[in-house]
Amino acid sequence: MADALAAIARVPGLGMITIRADLSRAGDALAEAAGLAIPDVTGITTDGSRSLGWMSPDELLLILPEAERAEAQDALTQALMGEHGLVIDVSDARAVFDVTGPHAADVIAKLAPVDAHALRQGQLRRTRVAQTAAAIWRIPGGFRVIGFRSTADYLGLILTNAALPGTQVAPR
Amino acid sequence: MTHTPPFRLPSGGRRVDRAWQLPFRFDGRHLRGLTGDTLASALLANGQMLMGRSFKYHRPRGPVASGAEEPNALLGLGQGGRFEPNQRATTTRLVHGMVTRSQNCWPSLDADIGAVNSFLSPFFPAGFYYKTFIHPRPFWKHVFEPIIRRSAGLGRAPTEADPDRYEQAYGFADTVVVGGGIAGLTAARDAAQAGGQVLVLEQDSLWGGRTPVDHAEGQAAIDALLDDLRARSNVTLRRNTMATGLYDHGYLIAREALADHDPNQGIPRQRLWRIRAGHVVAATGALERPLAFACNDVPGVMLASAVRDFITEYGVAPGQRIVVVTNNDDAYRTALAARAAGLDVPAIIDARPVADGDLPRAARDAGITVLTGTGVAKVKGHRHVEGVALCDQSGEGRVTDQIDCDVVAMSGGWSPVVHLYSHCGGKLAWDAGEAMFRPDPDRPPLGADGKGNVTATGAAAGDLRCAGDLERAEGATQPVWVMPARAPYKLRSKMWLDYQNDVKVTDVELAAREGYASVEHTKRYTTLGMATDQGKLSNINGLAVLSEALNQPIPATGTTTFRPPYTPLTLATIAAEAKGEAFQPLRKTPMHAWHEAHGASFEPVGQWRRPYAYPQGAEDRHAAVNREILAVRKGVGTLDASTLGKIVVKGPDAGRFLDMLYTNMMSNLAVGKCRYGLMCNENGFLMDDGVVARLSDDTWLCHTTTGGADRIHGHMEDWLQCEWWDWKVYTANLTEQYAQIAVAGPQARTLLERLGGSIDLSQAALPFMQWVEGDIAGIPARVFRISFSGELSYEIAVPANRGLELWERLHEIGQDLGITPYGTEAMHVMRAEKGFIMIGDETDGTVIPQDLGLGWAISKKKADYIGKRAQRRLHMVDGKRWRLVGLESIDGQVLPDGAYAVAEGMNPNGQRNVQGRVTSSYHSPTLGRPIAMGLVRHGPERMGQVLDFPMPSGQVMQARIVDPVFYDKEGSRLNG
Amino acid sequence: MLILTCPYCGVTAEETELQPGGEAHLKRVGPGGTDEELEAYLFDRKNAKGVHFERWRHAYGCGRWFLAARCTVTLQVFGTYKAQNTHPPSDIVDSIRAARPDWTPDWTTT
Ligand SMILES: [Zn+2]
Repeated sequence: MADALAAIARVPGLGMITIRADLSRAGDALAEAAGLAIPDVTGITTDGSRSLGWMSPDELLLILPEAERAEAQDALTQALMGEHGLVIDVSDARAVFDVTGPHAADVIAKLAPVDAHALRQGQLRRTRVAQTAAAIWRIPGGFRVIGFRSTADYLGLILTNAALPGTQVAPR
Repeated sequence: MTHTPPFRLPSGGRRVDRAWQLPFRFDGRHLRGLTGDTLASALLANGQMLMGRSFKYHRPRGPVASGAEEPNALLGLGQGGRFEPNQRATTTRLVHGMVTRSQNCWPSLDADIGAVNSFLSPFFPAGFYYKTFIHPRPFWKHVFEPIIRRSAGLGRAPTEADPDRYEQAYGFADTVVVGGGIAGLTAARDAAQAGGQVLVLEQDSLWGGRTPVDHAEGQAAIDALLDDLRARSNVTLRRNTMATGLYDHGYLIAREALADHDPNQGIPRQRLWRIRAGHVVAATGALERPLAFACNDVPGVMLASAVRDFITEYGVAPGQRIVVVTNNDDAYRTALAARAAGLDVPAIIDARPVADGDLPRAARDAGITVLTGTGVAKVKGHRHVEGVALCDQSGEGRVTDQIDCDVVAMSGGWSPVVHLYSHCGGKLAWDAGEAMFRPDPDRPPLGADGKGNVTATGAAAGDLRCAGDLERAEGATQPVWVMPARAPYKLRSKMWLDYQNDVKVTDVELAAREGYASVEHTKRYTTLGMATDQGKLSNINGLAVLSEALNQPIPATGTTTFRPPYTPLTLATIAAEAKGEAFQPLRKTPMHAWHEAHGASFEPVGQWRRPYAYPQGAEDRHAAVNREILAVRKGVGTLDASTLGKIVVKGPDAGRFLDMLYTNMMSNLAVGKCRYGLMCNENGFLMDDGVVARLSDDTWLCHTTTGGADRIHGHMEDWLQCEWWDWKVYTANLTEQYAQIAVAGPQARTLLERLGGSIDLSQAALPFMQWVEGDIAGIPARVFRISFSGELSYEIAVPANRGLELWERLHEIGQDLGITPYGTEAMHVMRAEKGFIMIGDETDGTVIPQDLGLGWAISKKKADYIGKRAQRRLHMVDGKRWRLVGLESIDGQVLPDGAYAVAEGMNPNGQRNVQGRVTSSYHSPTLGRPIAMGLVRHGPERMGQVLDFPMPSGQVMQARIVDPVFYDKEGSRLNG
Repeated sequence: MLILTCPYCGVTAEETELQPGGEAHLKRVGPGGTDEELEAYLFDRKNAKGVHFERWRHAYGCGRWFLAARCTVTLQVFGTYKAQNTHPPSDIVDSIRAARPDWTPDWTTT
């Protein structure tokens, strides 16, 4: 039996912080507190350990090791002092999967109405994966998919099914 | 003459590999075909011309075509869960061990009882079903329907679940070329040169369409194009993929066959492509038309192109003596191919007065007799062609000669495949020269930018002689709609227009006489072009006959609508991954595994699965619910409340915003306190409820119902983004960030205090409707002193990752207190015992808070809130509304949920007037009797009155109107 | 399958990523409104054959509500724009008029 199109692995131990603010006013302070540049619209910046994703015109998602979460949350809250903003821990609300392997893009292409093969490094695409909401971006060797905690089993199952050996989408 | 072997030619057959024989079964018989055969070619190679029975008359039928347009050779394939009805033998590739069976015949293909319909066909004219089976009405159910169900029907539905996998994939291309014949490949090359991503879809497993079959240099030309395209990085070539439909904004659906009928590869059988196409090039070719002559449905009458395909593509002789009947030059190719294969071609019958092009000349040079100005008066034979009777094409069918033969290869010309162009509104133009509808390039389907997004090319555009750079000199086609031209009724009533639906020339003429002047009406009345045909074979001949009957030109009649899918899609590809466990996302709480391990019986609440109850041992659900309730009322229980919506609302304008959202005041809620709130829509109707806690000066936490979390969050964002966009408010849906556990019962405090932590849980420190933050059992937590059960109750929210830990800890240390997990049904009963309403039970989208005695939760001080104005509409305040009461059944039986209370008199429909209904009804184990709530006209003013609830059985149940609070009216327990 | 571009994030999303929200530019009627005004606000819809303005939420994306100007007959999309507009902005009007010269706005901007 051939190999699966990609390995599907749940990623534990990530801290996630939702930040809502007027980015044109608070962007610099938030970038400093997060330790990352503010991403462009639908972009994601990363230093390898932390990532900062653009979720909405006034919303960012900071993803970082869980151990750094509390401190970062404080720093971000400080950065928004005097500004109208919201900094909130959503680490437990999410399920994170890495889809890595030679045909990882095929797995995404089977489930999400996006041009997975054309998705560039540094782009973050919020969309649906089959019947559940997700955010997708490229990581070394594949993609990271963030969905909701409650549907983690579903997300894992459909990703695994889509990666079934021998089902790459390239014409044969 | 008889149909005699050999059926497999000694040589030839581009698609088959003679080294590999494949055994298969047809109606129980063991047969053999070759690798590369279709099921149709394999059956023909075994001398099996009869492949099915027609839908209505059960006439014996053989294949007419060799491709997707085949109307007759529809077979049942596979067994058990893999059984599939109505599979086209002409496009189904033969697989080792395939099990196939014929359809529409009972008891067998050879001796079909339903064929009596055929002898009765004079009594089954168009519209017969509409006319006959309506009266007398009782006959329909008991006589007509059972007979029709037994003997009719297009195949049988499978009875077992399909074990195969299917999948979908999303594709994106600037140009999608549909059709990999010479026109499509040429268009793909041009598009690729111009730039952008190009995707080429070909229904067949081989590239080239008809060109390699019909042209000596065809294969070389195709190969050259393929070489060019394969060298380009911006071109994707995909075979075995049928583009079945084009939808709005250039969304193209295509089905790729991956492992059809070869399920043992472990990969999905089919893949449904959902393609966003910038531009579509329809290079879908053309379909040959049948000719309408008498008995043109006898097995052995086939399209000329199909006869040619079986000979050259599969090395199969459909017969030994082949008569060609045509109105064009192209069919001469069939005569030449048959002759080249060593078969007899006694004559070519050409309806045209003159045939002197290159192809007729070649036929004459090969010694084939060409009879011009001639038609077929009638096909001889019943279960198989035995010969043709000839006549003068311009006459009335007087027989001039007869020829013995076993196959009639007919060609009525060709029609462009315009389906893809038409699916999304592209219009057709009548081409009088070729007597066909072709895509009108001036009226294409439009894309999102308002510009045409489909171009037709090649034969699909009406360029029937298109062969790329190859020369194809052919004479003109002469329209022949009926053969002979002045055929009398007797002959016309045996000329089939639509084989699949058994529609004949006289049926269409009858429809016209009966006033069905619109082609769409005629289609439905006669069933012409319905089902899988979708105008493939039957369309143009039917339109022509209708036009003639209506005495108008064909373009005035127009065409019927070409609807997707072009060929049927199996439902499994549409469902794709959404089957079995992945049918829909099941939302699970952090404690889900514990519930499963402890015997929970789950109920769906939206996509969530919540424990309904936890039956123990031999206990049923009802007994479990009763036990759980008593455990809570007497000791302590835990409910997994994690599914409740939790939305944070923050900002300088958050209080003002919540005052608009809720009917009551939230801006004046003190930090540390909780308040029960109601949310209405602009119609004034109650849509959600829940407890709101003020977390800080500018932050509130809004609890919603389980089903309401996403909806209410969306509702908030809608108002913030679209109405009050200058208000400074941010929201965040934290529903899944927290696990929430309700700990309820007189022992709740005792239990929680054992956990230890920083929180003072005493009545003085944490009274009812307050909340506090701290740690509990070493876990950061918010504790809300709220109650939906009427007992002393705390709801504890902790980070979701620690919910299970807290839940398990509670159950460890609460054993001696009789700690009991309770489910949603116990919660429902307990809230009903307390007279608390439930969204979805007491509300149904037409209920205002005032109906439910919740006037206390509607602020009188506020100038405005969502729904306020609507709640002043006349019928909201006229006092006639149904309002909440308790109902106490007189005979001690539990009232059925939803039962109606009748009033005096009848309504205009002769039904009893009604004055109320039951909204919640349970057995209360606490009280040892049934309890119910309901909405009753003037209810609260009618305490003590008895209402009648008639049951479907005729019995009448009675209930007394009482106060809806059945238990602990003073509320002393929850303050315990 | 309608395909619309979200004016907030620039993503060209297909209909399954969007949530429809009905007619755009309704003016809310609050407690001061008459019965007739309330009825119009709640129930009267233009149901236009032709140029139509409607609400969509980029529900599976950035979460923003946006507005689309579209032809209900041909499904041509004249443009999408942000929800924070009480009337279609002038570039949308221009693009409609370019495609439908006979069309005139039925509102007056003050
Ligand atoms: Zn967006």
